[in-house]
Amino acid sequence: MSDVVIRASNLGKVYLIGHESQRESYTALRDVIGRSTRNFLRSAGDLMRGRQLIVGDEVEEFWALKDVSFEIKRGEVVGVIGRNGAGKSTLLKILSRITEPSAGRVEILGRVASLLEVGTGFHPELTGRENIYLNGAILGMARSEIRRKFDEIVAFAEVEKFLDTPVKRYSSGMYVRLAFAVAAHLEPEILVVDEVLAVGDVAFQKKCLGKMQDVASHGRTVLFVSHNASAIQRMCSKCLLLASGKVAAYDATGSVLRQYAEADDRVSSYRGQVPKNAVAATIAADVQVEEVRGTGGRIRLKLRVVARREVRVGCNIRIKTAAGEAVGWASTNQLDQRNEVDILVGETEFDVTVDTSALCGGAYSVSLDLVRPGIEYLHRAEDCLVFEIRRSADSLEMRVPELSWGNGAAFFPCETRIARVSDKATRKIA
Amino acid sequence: MTSSAPFPDSATTPERSPLATSRPADGLQQSERLIILERGRADRNYWLDLWHYRELFAILAWRDISVRYKQTVIGVTWAFLRPFLTMIVFTVIFGSLAKLPSDGAVPYPVLVFAGMLPWFLFSSILSEASGSLVGNAQLISKVYFPRLIVPAASGVVALVDFAINVVILFLIMAWFAFVPNWQIVFLPVFIVLAVLASLGPALLITSLNVKYRDFRYVIPFVVQFGLYVSPVGFSSAVVPESWRFWYSLNPVVGVIDGFRWCLLGGESQLYVPGFMASLVVVAAMLWLGIRHFRKTEKTFADLI
Repeated sequence: MSDVVIRASNLGKVYLIGHESQRESYTALRDVIGRSTRNFLRSAGDLMRGRQLIVGDEVEEFWALKDVSFEIKRGEVVGVIGRNGAGKSTLLKILSRITEPSAGRVEILGRVASLLEVGTGFHPELTGRENIYLNGAILGMARSEIRRKFDEIVAFAEVEKFLDTPVKRYSSGMYVRLAFAVAAHLEPEILVVDEVLAVGDVAFQKKCLGKMQDVASHGRTVLFVSHNASAIQRMCSKCLLLASGKVAAYDATGSVLRQYAEADDRVSSYRGQVPKNAVAATIAADVQVEEVRGTGGRIRLKLRVVARREVRVGCNIRIKTAAGEAVGWASTNQLDQRNEVDILVGETEFDVTVDTSALCGGAYSVSLDLVRPGIEYLHRAEDCLVFEIRRSADSLEMRVPELSWGNGAAFFPCETRIARVSDKATRKIA
Repeated sequence: MTSSAPFPDSATTPERSPLATSRPADGLQQSERLIILERGRADRNYWLDLWHYRELFAILAWRDISVRYKQTVIGVTWAFLRPFLTMIVFTVIFGSLAKLPSDGAVPYPVLVFAGMLPWFLFSSILSEASGSLVGNAQLISKVYFPRLIVPAASGVVALVDFAINVVILFLIMAWFAFVPNWQIVFLPVFIVLAVLASLGPALLITSLNVKYRDFRYVIPFVVQFGLYVSPVGFSSAVVPESWRFWYSLNPVVGVIDGFRWCLLGGESQLYVPGFMASLVVVAAMLWLGIRHFRKTEKTFADLI
């Protein structure tokens, strides 16, 4: 039982990305027309040659994966871990044949089923029963197989009563349960799973993890991608750590997770340019997370701002989740005129601390706006910094909230006291 | 991606890998297939793979059909209303106002409807299939299956509408007491021809549409334009003899003529050189469509 079922050698995937060049600022109509004409001619030329259309005038090659080699043996449960943009999803997409590699090759022995998302292909107009068949077929199950497991799937999802209701009338919990139930009854030789476990309530998550361990114990090979270290620890014997598209480690789970945790103390930084005609701009920013046990801690930002003339500024710090949803924002002047700062011509450095104690564990981005408060934006840098909140537990009894649970980005401190106890309750306890 | 990339292409890599040879030979392992993923590697099991996914094809087609008329008031009646009203308009404009001749003694409405059957089949496959890849973007970026299934399955919806229309044609024929000839046994052949004629351009456009969204504006135009340049509202016999061969380069002309020939019996003559030209155009378009589709399908998930 020690034969290799997946072998990747020198795997690479390149994407072409376009930028708007920042050298010029287009103010005159003549410039705008010239630029549009150039862009039009270029895209017409690309179309003729059958090339991909790219927005922006600078094209850059971006290697999402490079020189990735590994072997996975039959029956192994391998975790794939890495930060956002480390290439996890790209690797999964290649292994599940959704996209082809740009370099290297993979050899796979056996039927692969991939779960990059729950409920792929669910159609809102169709009933629960119909969607089970549809989704099953999309995931690669045969009709006879679905019919055989139908009752089991329905029982697992706990939706017996609503089988003939269109799923658009389902609650989101029911929807997700049904979707996962179908996926959980897949029986491929190789199962590739993205972070689909981060759905539903805690009880349901437990059920899902149990089901996955079940799959693994039947000698099937499982590839499990997550940035939730605790789930990986529970499930996987081996772990593959990806960092900026390369294999950083591939070893027993414990040692890889340790390496992953240690490599975390990085400072994310941003270096910008001063646009022509700009009165002032943020030219450099660094973010650092300061951990406070049991909370989301705080972040410290170092901002270097350059001004061409004396100006009164404030800076807005907008925080979004890695998925791009706005979480909240802070402002250096706290929206109070008395806190506005005059900066002189030249460079000024600011040190800003933002209280992020309510944030759940996960990856976030920062966007910076340099403003003349209430008047205008001087410079905006969208998603220019990233940071990761890693909450650590205060005690053994405590669980730490993660962004990936889907309950939102903020976890508020909360105080509870018992206001009234009825006599009955007291007696029962006694 | 340029062709000068320094990576070995499939042609230079040895076919048998050490992985394949280390495979034990007991019964269970026999069913496992070795898949090799590599840049530019042509899948030699392409058509076999398509066959493996026939159930998905069936279920996607069924999904499209069952979703089509949900939450509509008159439901399937739509399938019949569109061609029926078009027939009336065309009969009045071309038959009564322009006084174009029919084929032999065929009642004008029957002539129009017999031409409209293949036209609606052609145009609905073309418009359903050409938007199908982008319409199923979510599926394509999350699951692997042979991509050809998506446009093909969406074409099945058009076949269902077509079946309803055939019934209407027979009702109209009964109304005019028109009896078709023995040639009607060839009808299935021409249905296949109509499907193939539409599939070629549909595959080409749907795959182009993934990369360049401009092509979604092309289809409504082609469909509208095609209705008038194809012999739907009139018989192709009204086209001057010297132009007829060139006119037949429009593949739909051959299809419609074929339909009329087999449905209207001896009254409508098949113009053989033109029909052959249509066949050649259909085959060429189909080859081009499939070739382009296969060439680009591996990048769909990156671009969609």
